[in-house]
Amino acid sequence: MPWDRNRMAERAAQELEDGMYVNLGIGIPTLVANYVGDKEITLQSENGMLGMGPFPFEGDEDPDLINAGKQTITELRRTSYFDSATSFGMIRGGKIAAAILGAMEVAENGDLANWMIPGKLVKGMGGAMDLVAGVGRVIVVMDHTNKAGESKVLKECTLPLTGAGVVDRIITNLGVLDVVEGGLKIVELADGVTEDDLRAATEATIV
Amino acid sequence: MQKVYGSATEALDGLLFDGMFIAAGGFGLCGIPELLIDALVDSGVKDVSVASNNCGVDGFGLGKLLDTKQIRKMMSSYVGENAEFMRQYLSGELELEFNPQGTLAERMRAGGAGIPGFYTKTGVGTVIAEGKEHKDFDGETYILERGIFADLAIVKAWKADTTGNAVFRKTARNFNPPAAMCGKVCVMEVEEIVQPGELDPDCIHLPGIYVHRLIQGEHEKRIEQRTTRPRPAA
Repeated sequence: MPWDRNRMAERAAQELEDGMYVNLGIGIPTLVANYVGDKEITLQSENGMLGMGPFPFEGDEDPDLINAGKQTITELRRTSYFDSATSFGMIRGGKIAAAILGAMEVAENGDLANWMIPGKLVKGMGGAMDLVAGVGRVIVVMDHTNKAGESKVLKECTLPLTGAGVVDRIITNLGVLDVVEGGLKIVELADGVTEDDLRAATEATIV
Repeated sequence: MQKVYGSATEALDGLLFDGMFIAAGGFGLCGIPELLIDALVDSGVKDVSVASNNCGVDGFGLGKLLDTKQIRKMMSSYVGENAEFMRQYLSGELELEFNPQGTLAERMRAGGAGIPGFYTKTGVGTVIAEGKEHKDFDGETYILERGIFADLAIVKAWKADTTGNAVFRKTARNFNPPAAMCGKVCVMEVEEIVQPGELDPDCIHLPGIYVHRLIQGEHEKRIEQRTTRPRPAA
């Protein structure tokens, strides 16, 4: 059985170490927060907050307290707030240890595309370009193939890039791959997935 | 010097002209200058360029200025929540300049700090870098981005004293301080104006030097994505 969304998030949570400041993207990456266990992880929300808490109980929503996905959230005892220029200063300045993000395509050289499909509705890159350019480690969590069964792990991205050569590790429903010299290296296979399965679903060079 | 005005319309008096460039604070619908946006709608000012992370939603926030076709150009990082925006953009009525979110914030901060340009690695190797100067520092490539100098900044804070010293609340701070800094004139709306001495000078988020005009008013503070979890049974 390949990993489901929750299992992928659980695997991604293993990448995080006690004391890390981390930014989680929208979608599966958001689920990573459910699996950090006893580790003290401080979540950054790039609109201007460190120490993001869980969603509020119904009736406790505060319009002045939202995350980067514009969802209502809560604060923790160690929370701090700051303006967006300061927030991206800590991102660009490499103070955020890791970002876990979704993707449309990843290439074997670490190129990442996750912000636009030409000809379709363009909503914007938000903070994604700043995050991938600035944080210590970029971890992509995504399905290995698209709905048509085509590989999203490519020799070269076909979509406009969010960042060039920025991805460090890819976690998919089929396993874990690292971006290394000359291509991708298999780090781990998902439960019940063989190396042949993973290679068959991967267009990129596996070294 | 009197900074406190009676209404948003009075506070904008004499500052508006067609074709002007406005920087607006707010992220999504959080911390947006609702009252000043309404006053801009009433003013009828046209062909405005706006630097703002988002453009409101249909019928609220900066979306109101789209409905009246007062905006000519947006400089934003994310505009996905607005159908009228997309319609005007796709029909060519509205110009859009995408800025990475951190680049937009830093462009405002830089402009306010007298810095006309800065180098950043954000966007290198992407469409954002096309046509921009590239420069290597210590083996890494950066692109040149320009500081923003706006004719007017419209921002929203939680509280301010009558001299403009301002305090924001939680994530409603977002783009408001950098937007305030980059305006030749900054008009701020707050939920409460207090007397000098009532705010702790050590806890001022934005010094009053950046704030030229000030109004107090009621805010709707609409929530864009109301997300909750179930309350555990007692």
